[in-house]
Amino acid sequence: MSESLAEFLAMGGYGFYVWMAYGVTALVIVAELLMLRARRRAAGMTHDEARAR
Amino acid sequence: MNLYRYSSPAAFYPLAGKIAPWFGWSASLLAVLGLWISFGMAPTDFQQGDAYRIIFIHVPAAWMSMFTYLVMAFWSALALGFNTRLSAMMAQALAPTGALMTFIALWTGAFWGRPTWGTYWAWDARMTSELILLFLYFGVIALRNAIDDDRRADRACAVLALVGAVNVPIIYFSVQWWNTLHQGSTVSMVAAPKMASIMLSGMLVMALAAWFYTIAVALVRVRCIIRERERGTAWAGQLPASAIR
Repeated sequence: MSESLAEFLAMGGYGFYVWMAYGVTALVIVAELLMLRARRRAAGMTHDEARAR
Repeated sequence: MNLYRYSSPAAFYPLAGKIAPWFGWSASLLAVLGLWISFGMAPTDFQQGDAYRIIFIHVPAAWMSMFTYLVMAFWSALALGFNTRLSAMMAQALAPTGALMTFIALWTGAFWGRPTWGTYWAWDARMTSELILLFLYFGVIALRNAIDDDRRADRACAVLALVGAVNVPIIYFSVQWWNTLHQGSTVSMVAAPKMASIMLSGMLVMALAAWFYTIAVALVRVRCIIRERERGTAWAGQLPASAIR
């Protein structure tokens, strides 16, 4: 199992390129979603949620 | 139902709030399916090995970067022509996600170019025009931030967005017009795709995910913009906190 995972991560020797492409893509999408959430809060759109917690 | 009703920010605000989660969840499901096809089902390419798997985000992001710009230019044209506030807000809401897609296209292209072409970057016609697209998005965002009066910012940004739209066909046709590094289209609207159908379907599912993601994020952002800009109006003041979500 761990061997096949290592094989998968290696991407036939192209692991660095594939995971740099996918990793940074995931990172910037998460960053956009976090910024959007901050903007929603700043615009007063999540008052009720904040109070419920 | 009178659709023109929804050109009013006050009417569009609750509608956008209702439909945005559907697009968001669809985008998530499509992304999971697309990634499963991309990594679980699509075989290793006989020429490029597994490096080709970058295509599953590179091409959808590149399509989305161009298409989002055209949609932004469309809303800008409406905003200029009819002086409609919501159109300008829609254009404003699309710019950051368009910039994001452009960045992803450039970044994934660099990490695909290195193992296949031997370089992260070249001043190739398509790569350069895509970089210009990123600067156009940044320009529209910066111009908006530089002008205090929202209505003047709407008009200035709309003009910039429309002038910049000429770059989109340049990106699209660059691989035909100039014979530089970037290869020609693998998938086009006029010819059969030059790739295996399982790879193609992975790419199309990811493209659909990118569409739905962009729509969901733009809808949520336009709601923020509506609230930011309509703060002083009577209808925004009446919004109950529990209905805001």
